[in-house]
Amino acid sequence: MDRLGSTLISIRSLTKAYGDFTVLHGIDLDIAEGEVVCVIGPSGSGKSTLIRCINHLEAFSRDSTITVDGIAVGPGSALAKVRAEVGMVFQSFNLFPHMTVLRNIMLAPLRVRKTPVVEAERKARELLARVGIAEQAEKYPGQLSGGQQQRVAIARALAMQPKVLLFDEPTSSLDPEMVGEVLDVMRKLAGTGVTMVVVTHEMGFARQVADRVIFMDGGRLVEEGTPEEIFDNPKEERTRGFLRAVLNH
Amino acid sequence: MNLINTFFNMQVLIDSLPQLLRGLVVTLQIGIASIIAGLAGGLFLAIARLYAPSIVRLLIRFYIDIFRSIPLLVLLILVYYALPFVGIRLSPFVSAVTALSLVSAAYTAEIFRAGIEAIPQGQFEASAALGLSNRHTMVDVILPQAVRIVIPPLTNNCINVLKDTALASVVAMPDLLKQATQAQALAANPTPLIGAALIYVLLLWPMVAIVARLEKHFSKGKR
Repeated sequence: MDRLGSTLISIRSLTKAYGDFTVLHGIDLDIAEGEVVCVIGPSGSGKSTLIRCINHLEAFSRDSTITVDGIAVGPGSALAKVRAEVGMVFQSFNLFPHMTVLRNIMLAPLRVRKTPVVEAERKARELLARVGIAEQAEKYPGQLSGGQQQRVAIARALAMQPKVLLFDEPTSSLDPEMVGEVLDVMRKLAGTGVTMVVVTHEMGFARQVADRVIFMDGGRLVEEGTPEEIFDNPKEERTRGFLRAVLNH
Repeated sequence: MNLINTFFNMQVLIDSLPQLLRGLVVTLQIGIASIIAGLAGGLFLAIARLYAPSIVRLLIRFYIDIFRSIPLLVLLILVYYALPFVGIRLSPFVSAVTALSLVSAAYTAEIFRAGIEAIPQGQFEASAALGLSNRHTMVDVILPQAVRIVIPPLTNNCINVLKDTALASVVAMPDLLKQATQAQALAANPTPLIGAALIYVLLLWPMVAIVARLEKHFSKGKR
């Protein structure tokens, strides 16, 4: 773990409730620069909510704190700054359907970073080549397969040169034959030292790529450790039960 | 034939045509000014209703409900005949455009709101996650998609505004209808009224046909 840098994301007693229903029960978590963290757990365990709090797509209780690169996450003027540093890839891609692939990737650098057009386009084409779909630049998202769309979404997030990338079940809405191409891109990305927090049901990916695996259940962080610790020698009964259920089918 | 001489008297129509066309110009002036003001006002209200503080949002809802409920003719008469009592004296043209725009803005705001709400939440979330400001989210992401959804109902609203310009004749505005009634009185023959009706239909029929085609086009599920 010595390739990891200092703490990039710091989460303290993160609590989130919808009315009487508590989704997250006081989560504490530190994520280091360059670390790849995979969050696993059953549906409704709060894992998506957890990463959506990091860029404040979900508001959280006031006595909780999250800092990204030293900046407090919360409503207010610093939020845009945090969001510019935190890229996100969604389960349903959420590409802009009325723009070409190229424009999708260039938009945020042009508007938020005020990058000159020529520079933004050069960078966008470079990123498309990196995710393996350079030839699709002029197409619209609706003309691409799900796997290609998700790779565009990854390129769009990378275009802001974020300090961390959040993945919210990036392969869950893909046809099975397209899961591999997206995971390949993410695997390559992990190898380049990008900080990644990945909510996923792909246990093979988590085992192979993660520096640390976190198991969540019922809005609590139940167990965390290296992939070997979690997959080969889980300590908590709930972790064992979950892994038995997902691995034996 | 007596009937043809009464309702379709060619000589009367030809004599009154220049007057009718002058009226058409006025009708178009009122209509286009009201459509533009109504569009701008409606867009502003729709966006303010999304982002403004809750007290302002409440006021906007109040405005929209009031101006969708009040009959346009009543509003027009209030603007033209009642406002002078508090020292606001508007010309017939400004009165007509004011009344038409106030109502059109209320309808347009509802149309834009429906269009913006039809955009999936994921588009707002993706914009937020990229760090786009509210303004850029609207201008670059949401509105270009919403506009395609709202073009048919907006065109419908434009048709209604153009038709409603005929009400301006009650505040002595020399629009198409007013010119026609005057020509009718002059010629002691109703043919100019028929002429005016034909001009309204010729003006609006193409727009009605376009809306029908647009609605068909958009209902094919193309977004």
